[in-house]
Amino acid sequence: MNLYSELILDHYRYPRNFGRLDQPTHFSQAANPFCGDELAVYLMVSGSKIQKIKFSGKGCALSIASASMVTEFLKGKSVSYLKKVTKDFIIKMLGIEIGPTRLKCALLILEAVSRLKVSSNK
Amino acid sequence: MLATKKDFPVFKNNPGLIYLDSAATSLKPKSVIEKITEYYSAYSANVFRGVYRISEKATDEFETARRLVAELIGGDKDEIIFTRNTTEAINLVAYSLGRKIIDKDDEIILSIMEHHANFVPWQALASETGAKLKILNIDDQGFLECHDNLEKKLAPLITRRTKIVSLVLVSNVLGTINPVLKIFKLVKKVNSKIINVVDAAQAVPHQEVNVRDLGADFLAFSSHKMLGPTGVGVLWGKKEILKEIFPFNFGGEMIETVTIKKTTFKKPPHKFEAGTPAIGEVIGLGEAIRYLKKIGLKKIADHERTLTTMALRRLKETFDKKITIFGPADPEKRAGIISFTFSNFHPHDIASILDKQGIAVRAGHHCAMPLHQRLGQLATTRVSFYLYNDLEDIEHLIDGLKKVETLLGK
Repeated sequence: MNLYSELILDHYRYPRNFGRLDQPTHFSQAANPFCGDELAVYLMVSGSKIQKIKFSGKGCALSIASASMVTEFLKGKSVSYLKKVTKDFIIKMLGIEIGPTRLKCALLILEAVSRLKVSSNK
Repeated sequence: MLATKKDFPVFKNNPGLIYLDSAATSLKPKSVIEKITEYYSAYSANVFRGVYRISEKATDEFETARRLVAELIGGDKDEIIFTRNTTEAINLVAYSLGRKIIDKDDEIILSIMEHHANFVPWQALASETGAKLKILNIDDQGFLECHDNLEKKLAPLITRRTKIVSLVLVSNVLGTINPVLKIFKLVKKVNSKIINVVDAAQAVPHQEVNVRDLGADFLAFSSHKMLGPTGVGVLWGKKEILKEIFPFNFGGEMIETVTIKKTTFKKPPHKFEAGTPAIGEVIGLGEAIRYLKKIGLKKIADHERTLTTMALRRLKETFDKKITIFGPADPEKRAGIISFTFSNFHPHDIASILDKQGIAVRAGHHCAMPLHQRLGQLATTRVSFYLYNDLEDIEHLIDGLKKVETLLGK
């Protein structure tokens, strides 16, 4: 399937949850020096629920769309859902066939999310 | 089209391929591929050691390739050292000569437009020895800032501590052709002991280059960018200097006699070629040179200038301000390499969407990160031409970029 499906292009053109949180409870960043892309994730966790989630940064269509879809998935969920965000999960969610070079773009958000130090036993 | 695409099997195996990434590596003509196969199937023996017939044949073909390289660049056969690539050729100079002549507080002059191959080896040498790098900046046209008045702008930078000047002849990003001869002449005028090195990886495949006309002491380039196989680079060095400097690698093939106490080395170039070389590949490079000579490097340069002129014009008239092209605007002053940004589209998206249409371009920093920092860009998209490209390829590129705009534009 085409790398630039309607779904991907929609999330790229109109990224969901794009922006910052002023006082996040959790924050992390990831960068890909190969192409200069960088993403930051902001979380507002209350109880064990992700009340708010935002991402900011710059990147290609794949990295932005992937971040948009991942944050959309996590919004309002229990922090235990953070563990569900894996490489396979993201590839499946994007619904496209993706080569090894561009896979790094799509997984930049995964790197940022996996760096969040959120304990789920609150 | 200067060379028929039929000569290049990649086009047959990838119907519709529009290959615009020859600055990264060139495609290989059938004659080169067959020559490599000929070595492996007809006289697959090691060089310099066998007394038997096929080894002598291999040695003869190997040394013929060396002669062809020497003739191509106007050097002497004994001045041609085979390395793995341009990077290794420059490392050889940095190790064998650099570590001999560079002391603390000495200076090495480079430019901001160097490929990492001609940047990192010197940076490593400087940090190891406590020497300083002096980096020549560029103007907004993509020329060296000093290019229009070398006496006034470059001469003051050359001091009694300057030991090495190493510059790229043709930028792999901007396409700028640097006035290396004038610069090297001035350098030698200030101090004849300074060593001039030139990275000619993007020049030798595309235009006539003569080492005697350049005023260089060393010149480096790669086989794979000039229709030859990967795994072979060339370092040309002045005979007098090669005699003086130490080998870079030690071991087989490069020795005269070895005893428990002491080893003596062969004469250049062999003392710099330790171990069994890339025999089939070197012989393949020889065949690539035969192919290039048959067409003529002057014709190739003219052909690429035609393509570059047209590409610059078509990109500008089609996309106007949405496209930013780096490097000289005048096609007479640049080579067939065009790097650009397009709207706010990410170069990787541009390259991926073009790929879907069978168009191969490069996206990224093209191994020139300091230059991209100077340009204020994390990455650019690059197209580059060679003898198998034609005007139709440029129209495909224009159509492809229109598609990019349709897909990614809001």
